[in-house]
Amino acid sequence: MAEPALRTQGLQKHFGGLAAVNDVSLECHVGQLHAVIGPNGAGKTTLINLLSGDLAPTGGRVELLGREVTGLAAHRISQLGVGRSYQRTNIFMKFTAFENCRLAAQARLPSSMRFVRPAARYREVNEAAARALALAGLGARSDTVAAELSHGERRQLEVAMTLATSPKVLLLDEPLAGMGAEESARMVGLLRTLVSGHAMLLVEHDMDAVFALADRLTVMVSGTVLASGTPEQIRANAEVQEAYLGEGDE
Amino acid sequence: MDRQPRSLQVLLIAGVIALAAFPLVGEKFYIQFITKIMILAMFAMSLDLLVGYTGLVSLGHALPFGLAAYALMFVSPEAEGAGLGWSLAAAAGVAALASLVVGLLVLRTSGIYFIMVTLAFGQMAYYYVHDSKYLGGSDGKYIYVRPVLEIFGWKPFDLENHTHFYYVALALMAFVYLTIRVLLASPFGRVIAAIKENEHRMRMLGFATFRYKLVCFVLAGALAGLAGWLAAAHDGLVNPEMLSWHQSGQLLMMVILGGMGTPAGPVLGAAALKLLELGFQGWTKHWQLLLGGFIVLSVLLIPRGLAQLFEWKRRG
Repeated sequence: MAEPALRTQGLQKHFGGLAAVNDVSLECHVGQLHAVIGPNGAGKTTLINLLSGDLAPTGGRVELLGREVTGLAAHRISQLGVGRSYQRTNIFMKFTAFENCRLAAQARLPSSMRFVRPAARYREVNEAAARALALAGLGARSDTVAAELSHGERRQLEVAMTLATSPKVLLLDEPLAGMGAEESARMVGLLRTLVSGHAMLLVEHDMDAVFALADRLTVMVSGTVLASGTPEQIRANAEVQEAYLGEGDE
Repeated sequence: MDRQPRSLQVLLIAGVIALAAFPLVGEKFYIQFITKIMILAMFAMSLDLLVGYTGLVSLGHALPFGLAAYALMFVSPEAEGAGLGWSLAAAAGVAALASLVVGLLVLRTSGIYFIMVTLAFGQMAYYYVHDSKYLGGSDGKYIYVRPVLEIFGWKPFDLENHTHFYYVALALMAFVYLTIRVLLASPFGRVIAAIKENEHRMRMLGFATFRYKLVCFVLAGALAGLAGWLAAAHDGLVNPEMLSWHQSGQLLMMVILGGMGTPAGPVLGAAALKLLELGFQGWTKHWQLLLGGFIVLSVLLIPRGLAQLFEWKRRG
């Protein structure tokens, strides 16, 4: 098989004596959605923070498209093709949906140290922003100020911004959090369409969505990987049943 | 970036026409008074680039202004005027360089700490100049002859003439205004506005935000340097007060009074503060009390500044 777009080996993050992420190794290929599940406090968001460069790991390595990126600053990792969406919506509230995406697309210019030509005349940037908005299903809300969007739409905008940076790897931290059934269904549909061109790492609590979308699953408990495999393997895994899936609704 | 409301555009055009026509009717005192206001307005616009558009509240903006003024004094020969072009470039260059050095250090902080360290650097420069004999110490120094522009023997204007000076100041103010407008509409301008709104998200998008803030800090410093050069040329005098925190504080007050993050705000703020000062001074020796009261009231009643008064078409 081709080289994975994203690979970690023995990744670690210790906060003082606490091992928030301990010896995590996983791979994600383009065209694949790899879901990470686990109870609260399992270290899933910390894992995403390590991959996006928000946090520096205390051990192990991260490879992106065959190149080691361990410990690089967040903006460097972003420039190398990693897009991330946040668990808590993190957008520019006072700007329109379009401007949010335009900024994201502008981040892919070699430099924004451009002082004279109006930003509105950078056609490629505007087109990338419009494309990302349309892809995320927000084409009609282009001129709406982000603060006036519904919760679900803000989550969509978050994904649209990530797409506007044309990433190879998508890190999605609970994109379905706090969504109603209808909004959720729309987001699941959106994520499904994105798999083909991206390597996606998804952290999500909604098990129906996870099993509907994932090609591979990694189960984390207290910072370590409990099991990893296809959805069928995970569903059949007794340890996982006991630690996590069993106590819930299934 | 939102366009200016129609009402502000009308105000702007009317203002430029009125300013251009004023020397035809005004007395010398008022021509020089308005020249001073225009210099302060340029200075305030440069600060607004930091405070209003990038969200960097600096309390040390007198530093590039004052250093540029001293730079002009330093390069001016005793008995003749310095060359206009290169002394202006030298002044703006000194201001930009000082801002680069200070910016590299202060931009590592934010919020209240940023206010404190910009203040600290401003005061360091103030005391250095204040205690340096070769710079004139606490008395400052005179610039006996104003800068001269000469192109192959042709002198388009004479800065010793107060009307000529007025138009040069008006032209430079227009230059600063247009520079900032163009800057804000550019990709760079969008970046700094977004840094103000959510810097963390900008970093996540792949922007090295520190560099953008630094460039903005240096540009604002260079524009403040233009104002400092002009102020020194106008007054024919430099003194340490140009670098003091009073200067920085008064400037911040102009920006807040006029309206942060609005193109016309700093100009309105500078004009309002100076006109009120003049009015109250003629009325009572306790004028600062009245001025302070006015500022408190205006902040309470029109929190977004005087520019807000001209936005009646924008919001219901």
